[in-house]
Amino acid sequence: MKRFELTGLPLVKPLLKNRWPQLLLLAGMLAGFLFAILAGLIGTPVGSHNFGIVFTWITWWAILILVAVPFFGRGWCAVCPIPLPGEWLQRGAVLGPIDKKPRWPNLRWPNKLRNIWLQNAAFTLVALFSSVILTSPAVTSIVLAGMLFLAIGLSMVFERRTFCRYLCPVGGFIGLYAQAAPMELRVKDRRVCAACVGKPCYRGSQEGYGCPWDVFPGGLSKNTACGLCLECLRTCPSDNIAINTRPFAADLQTPLARPDEAFKAFIMLGAAMLYSAVLLGPWGALKDAAYRVGSPEWFGYAAVFLAVIFGVLPGLFRLAAGRHFTAFATALIPLGMLFWAAFSLSFVLTNASYIASTLSDPFGWGWNLFGAAGLAWQPLLSGLVAPLQTLALVGGLLWAARTAQRVGVQRGVSSAPVILFCLATTLAMLGLLL
Amino acid sequence: MNAKVFGTLSLLFVIGLVVAFVPLPVRFASTGTQRTIRIEAGRYAYTPGEIQVDPGDTVTLELASHDVVHGLYIDGYGLALTADPGQTARLTFVADKTGSFRFRCNVTCGAMHPFMIGRLQVGFNDWLYRSVALAVLAVGGLFMLRRIP
Repeated sequence: MKRFELTGLPLVKPLLKNRWPQLLLLAGMLAGFLFAILAGLIGTPVGSHNFGIVFTWITWWAILILVAVPFFGRGWCAVCPIPLPGEWLQRGAVLGPIDKKPRWPNLRWPNKLRNIWLQNAAFTLVALFSSVILTSPAVTSIVLAGMLFLAIGLSMVFERRTFCRYLCPVGGFIGLYAQAAPMELRVKDRRVCAACVGKPCYRGSQEGYGCPWDVFPGGLSKNTACGLCLECLRTCPSDNIAINTRPFAADLQTPLARPDEAFKAFIMLGAAMLYSAVLLGPWGALKDAAYRVGSPEWFGYAAVFLAVIFGVLPGLFRLAAGRHFTAFATALIPLGMLFWAAFSLSFVLTNASYIASTLSDPFGWGWNLFGAAGLAWQPLLSGLVAPLQTLALVGGLLWAARTAQRVGVQRGVSSAPVILFCLATTLAMLGLLL
Repeated sequence: MNAKVFGTLSLLFVIGLVVAFVPLPVRFASTGTQRTIRIEAGRYAYTPGEIQVDPGDTVTLELASHDVVHGLYIDGYGLALTADPGQTARLTFVADKTGSFRFRCNVTCGAMHPFMIGRLQVGFNDWLYRSVALAVLAVGGLFMLRRIP
């Protein structure tokens, strides 16, 4: 498969190896993140007029799901501010490595938890409360602050970026879908890594830190766990690290082998379908049930939600895929990613006009910083939403079916039942969105 | 890529374009019926949440709010009306565009405001059926291509 080394371009590698551009970008992101938390706590409780809600669930979400994940894989993780304060404290430094022994225990994360089951649970938990989180600025702030403090706390006890790797509710699905992205960080020659003494990319050196994601780059074959933090680019003494463009879905040539990742695919697929019904559908009783957390209706909604993502969808898929359940779940990666794109297109374009007004009045206090606070709500490109959704859903189906066919050939079994499963879920999604 | 595969792909592409864009040969006769539909708005929901009219109908929407000020904006038509609590607002229009259109609250009414959504269907939701046909064509095409040696 054709690859093009981006780090081979003039200026790219020096720019990426230099810590300052990354630090400035991350500091800006951290400032925005803290401002979003502040706005949620002290600003108006009306979500559509609060920076915390509009910039988290419209701007950031649109960039993440429509651009960053499909095209840059874990590109968001490279600039995510959440691990930053904890990492600074853990290292005792903001910029380069220092010659000091860490003051913290730096424990290894337990072997039994070295998977994404906790991330699956964290995402599911957030998803169950999403109607409140998405619409209430204070709750959004509490969730964002909770993630920040959890990341800091874990950095004080465990080594590297434990929160990102094993707990972040967003990182789990980014890692899963990053496998489809046309970008990767890989070593140029594995033999160089095998012969390398000391493995500074993993253990660190004067040039940089050991991989914060606990990955040995010489063994990287998928995008799932590499957070594109660029430390290995700095530490490799043999200039053996490259960032490449590549064909879409290159990692999907090798089917999934882990049930935690397979279930992540079901959680994401099911959540996209359920959100489409609850948030974008015309059924008021469903919205009410999802919003009234703690009421009997909400418990019913939660039970259905859990039953669909952990029972109905995997159960039907099991009937289709048989004992190749995990391998065939690879097909759900492009399918789910484009389900999310189709779902997000609708509410992002509908609510994008709030971005300008919220920038002008981030707390909803009647400010008008840029003269845009009074802009009336107006849906954007509403005539294009349905065709774009069809394009995403049918494109995702085609991509999923091709992936299933490849798995079927590798395993010597028919992929037809899995493709029919993908078709059935796509038709359901079309019915919900169009 | 061999000639058979290329030919099949080209054929599928042309069929796809036909399915997606060629106007339907059936024209729905406009009945021009006058319809008045009352919609109750309250707590992030419209009742009824789904309304169906025929193409060409002259539709009067009566929007009544139970709790706070609610609006109703119809995607695709770009029409809007606003109802104060306890009062009924009216909007009359000719349903001259067919398909499925979301209508949504355009007055900030509370937490779930962005998701206060209903659906207006005018005649036949042909884009849904075209999309379903495209999905089936995509899968069918893949099976066809696999059979080519």
